[in-house]
Amino acid sequence: MNEPNTDKPPIDSTDSIISITGMHKWFGDFHVLKNIDLEVGRSERIVICGPSGSGKSTLIRCINRLEEHQRGKIVVDGTELTNDLKHIEVVRSEVGMVFQQFNLFPHLTILENLTLAQVWVRKIPKAEAEAAAMSYLERVKIPEQSAKYPSQLSGGQQQRVAIARALCMNPKIMLFDEPTSALDPEMIKEVLDVMIELAESGMTMLVVTHEMGFATAVAHRVIFMDGGEIIEQNTPVEFFENPKHDRTKLFLSQILHH
Amino acid sequence: MTNTTPSEQAYTPGNHPDLPPPISTSGAIGWVRKNLFSSPLNIILTLLSAGFLWVIIPPLLTWGLFDAVWQADSRKDCWAQMDVPEGAACWAFIADRFQVFVYGFYPEGERWRVNLSFGLFVIAVLYALYDRMPARRYGLWYCLAFPFLVGWLLFGGLGLVPVETNDFGGIMLTMVLGVTAIAFSLPIGIVLALGRRSTMPVLRIVCVLFIEFIRGVPLIALLFVASTMLNYFLPPGTFFDLLIRVLIIMTLFASAYAAEVVRGGLQGIPRGQYEAADAMGLTYWKTHRLIILPQALKISIPGFINTFIGTFKDTTLVLIIGMMDPLGIGRSALADAEWAGLAREMYLFIALFFFICCFSMSRYSLHLEKKLDTGH
Repeated sequence: MNEPNTDKPPIDSTDSIISITGMHKWFGDFHVLKNIDLEVGRSERIVICGPSGSGKSTLIRCINRLEEHQRGKIVVDGTELTNDLKHIEVVRSEVGMVFQQFNLFPHLTILENLTLAQVWVRKIPKAEAEAAAMSYLERVKIPEQSAKYPSQLSGGQQQRVAIARALCMNPKIMLFDEPTSALDPEMIKEVLDVMIELAESGMTMLVVTHEMGFATAVAHRVIFMDGGEIIEQNTPVEFFENPKHDRTKLFLSQILHH
Repeated sequence: MTNTTPSEQAYTPGNHPDLPPPISTSGAIGWVRKNLFSSPLNIILTLLSAGFLWVIIPPLLTWGLFDAVWQADSRKDCWAQMDVPEGAACWAFIADRFQVFVYGFYPEGERWRVNLSFGLFVIAVLYALYDRMPARRYGLWYCLAFPFLVGWLLFGGLGLVPVETNDFGGIMLTMVLGVTAIAFSLPIGIVLALGRRSTMPVLRIVCVLFIEFIRGVPLIALLFVASTMLNYFLPPGTFFDLLIRVLIIMTLFASAYAAEVVRGGLQGIPRGQYEAADAMGLTYWKTHRLIILPQALKISIPGFINTFIGTFKDTTLVLIIGMMDPLGIGRSALADAEWAGLAREMYLFIALFFFICCFSMSRYSLHLEKKLDTGH
């Protein structure tokens, strides 16, 4: 995992799947995102890092409208995010999300967690949805847990189920909001391995994480945020070896020392 | 000599087997020692409780069962059969009035309709509460049709002899009031609770005002409104039967309480559940139906049973506006010169009826909580 993946295919920067321009967001009076410009290419993998409260989670949550932006423009695969519920529906059907706290549905079995949205949103017949669910569970290497409830699984297993659940909707883009932060250390690797495999399949990924090994191995680009702004972005090698900005240097020294 | 017990045996590290717990901490003796005689205070409490039960239980059984009189024509007849007059219970009184207790003043020739309704009610309850019933899908449709079916049976019309609602009384009246209020308060309460948490200000304010008004006024006051004033507020010419008005009031009253119970349950659901549902593209209604409500209602079960039991017992308040629930029937029976003075038997019997109903609700809720527990 720590060895840089040398064959990252080049990204066509003119063909962006997510395009954010001049975007601002406030929580009440608090200006949480300031003038964000971000283009994400198809199959591009981006790692977003920064100190807590820097707005990195809020940024990716704006992409599937879990948070509403107040100024600027967000276009996801040709659909602009506005108050139009139809647009939001279209975007959400193309964007999968994995949360820090997994957010599995505790009253449903693993299999039901995976089939629910397929059946109720995509209108896929149950048998077909179950077959798809099992194939994704195999991909995250826990098909034998399908009849259990989330509370019976370890944190790492729950997070892998959450990834499989998002993949069941055949998303074009996957958002990861600190996917390994709530995990015990020995479980982080199993989740990162699944994410690396997903990256190799060509998925467009935006990952908020402090797993710098993962960033080096997988990301095309690392973005550093602080105080609601994008301070610096670069390829992982450049970003870690030659940070330009003082705040980046400070941040890197803090996370690399612990 | 090999008298080493397994626990004293030596094992190489990593090879220690699982051993059974010491006998003193398991089994009946272990339980008694741990729960009844664990400390001096516990020993004193255990002995005091045992002494108290020893003093209370035998005389109570003698009074209520062994020496009780079950068949008599009047109070005097009852007492004549006892060793000591007034020394034991005279259940003959209850037996004599049993029909009125159950059916109120429902015409005798039509009482099969009440019995049939009760039978249908039992079937509906089984279908609604137990998911292992055969053909459950149809059973649930039947539950939806049940209120109309029973309404027709009890009130009459359409081929059946109409029965005045003044003739409704006794346990049958309690069941009609209690079951209607409980059954309808659940869906109305859910809608009110969702409305109260809505982001639409008008809807939210309407729901909040309704809930707070109903909860802020005593049920008795609302029942007086139902019995005397409601017709002034309705357009001229519309007339609602008193029973219907009371049913509406009791249902709304129970709904306001149920709404607050649901709201408590909804607040127990982490935000992440909504976000996960949103991120997968589920709509508001699907999110609530498939994800939020199943979890919120499960948390709410103890609260629901609490309000349901309260509602069921509150049905006795209709006594005040002249309806003859079991308590009303009991009081009028006590006024009968033949039987006067047997208040203890009367009130014990009524208490027993309510206790059995409420205790079953409480037990069912525990069963349901256990069944729905998926460990979160």
